[in-house]
Amino acid sequence: MIIDKVKKVNEKEEKRIKNEKAADMMIGKWVKCDKCKEIIYKEELHQNLSVCPNCGKHFRLSARRRIKQIVDEGTFQEIGKEITTNDPLHFEGYLKKIEGLKEKTKIEEAVQCGICEIEGERAVLAVMDGNFLMGSMGYAVGERITLSIETAIQNKLPLVIFCVSGGARMQEGIISLMQMAKTSAAIAKLKEAGLFYLSILTDPTTGGVTASFASLGDIILAEPKALIGFAGPRVIEQTIKQKLPEGFQSAEFLLEHGFIDKIVERKDMKATIAKLIRLHQ
Amino acid sequence: MGNITAWERVELARQLERPKALDYIEHIFDEFIELHGDRNFADDKAIIGGIATLEGIPVTVIGEQKGKNAKENIERNFGMPNPEGYRKALRLMKQAEKFHRPIITFIDTPGAYPGMGAEERGQGEAIAKNIMEMSQLKVPIICIVIGEGSSGGALAIAVGDKITMLENAIYSILSPEGFASILYKDASKAKEAAQNMKITAQDLKKLGVIDDIIKEPKGGAQEDFEKVIKDLKQYILKNIKQLQKCTKEKLLQQRYEKFRKI
Ligand SMILES: [Zn+2]
Repeated sequence: MIIDKVKKVNEKEEKRIKNEKAADMMIGKWVKCDKCKEIIYKEELHQNLSVCPNCGKHFRLSARRRIKQIVDEGTFQEIGKEITTNDPLHFEGYLKKIEGLKEKTKIEEAVQCGICEIEGERAVLAVMDGNFLMGSMGYAVGERITLSIETAIQNKLPLVIFCVSGGARMQEGIISLMQMAKTSAAIAKLKEAGLFYLSILTDPTTGGVTASFASLGDIILAEPKALIGFAGPRVIEQTIKQKLPEGFQSAEFLLEHGFIDKIVERKDMKATIAKLIRLHQ
Repeated sequence: MGNITAWERVELARQLERPKALDYIEHIFDEFIELHGDRNFADDKAIIGGIATLEGIPVTVIGEQKGKNAKENIERNFGMPNPEGYRKALRLMKQAEKFHRPIITFIDTPGAYPGMGAEERGQGEAIAKNIMEMSQLKVPIICIVIGEGSSGGALAIAVGDKITMLENAIYSILSPEGFASILYKDASKAKEAAQNMKITAQDLKKLGVIDDIIKEPKGGAQEDFEKVIKDLKQYILKNIKQLQKCTKEKLLQQRYEKFRKI
């Protein structure tokens, strides 16, 4: 039957395209959206701010891409680059792991900080990077964040922090825990100085970062569907011995429970930040 | 007690019969009046607090309270506070500041409670706020880890001018079991983890995280509780008197520097 033949040809054609896409995926040109399963051309995804054009899923961003999206071109002056990872526990294999990550990610630690302009507004900006040991906070992250806060105080500038973190960095033990105290104490000083602090929570923000500077913004924004919490979902499930409901600890859930001010889509983020900074001058 | 391993200290720190926050509060201070509630949601029994006197000086005391048996532990949620516990603590500490009372906190928790309600009511925010506010309270704060000081749940009442540990107490980013399951992918390697994590009073003093260590008798604080109480009382009194001599500006400056340098 003709129809059958057509169908068969189409099937063949589809298979060929699929194979081609699969082959391209192997060489890294395509990605599959893990939410809607659509295969997306990488270039297209990046041009769409790493948001799925099909379902709107906000993919995780490297600090480099985030800075490119938010900062006026050519205005980012990095600070704190000299602050590098400590190994206070002399934890076996840790520094080697860090060296490997540096090579792989082309960044030195899980946060990048600097003074910049956002739609012409000067600000101190710290952007965490989840590709670097899940954005965990050890000495270097805590110290860079604290330096950013102190730089904002010294220069009387607003502070913007993009958070993404699996929590405190286990490999640095108690020193990581103390970064929570250090950064939060610095935020207290920033508040005392009457300066504006905008905290932006992205997927995922958990643990010691949630329980310190991330939750202390004068205004707290989040990206859609970001996972935000103190305890991780698996730990909670193990504790209560049941599955968590869909959407538990999502940005929408936090908004409903009164812990964030607003959910902002990536395409509106830069304009929203600039507007908020202007409103606080 | 020189040759005792880190894991042995973990076991000592967790002993059911080890004195708990209320034991210290009742024996060190006079006229303790417990105060309840966060004025918002509930009274969390995993955190206790109130007013007392120490040799006639009015003080505010806060403590994470574990039980000494199964029934007490269920009532106290095994010393794992919910957000309302931290908010009660903050309310009492702000009250202390208003009435110029020094604050003494007793830390003893396996961690903040990881439950659904805790997340719904903002566990992360509650801890963050305590840490931030404690860095700025204009009265002396002495924090004493008496048993298990684990994670942000411990730090939420452990920002102060003096951070002190009992000799067999432990203070860590999370339990050795948790650490082992994350980094060694094997919770049964907790002993090894305890050794490597630097969680004993001696290790933490070397790291500059704590100021002082209060000696314990062999076998733990309960073996000669009177002696431990006497030493601890003296320690608190001496430090309160010293800290009260500082101007408020200097007190806050020193407290900031203390955490800034880590
Ligand atoms: Zn999609």
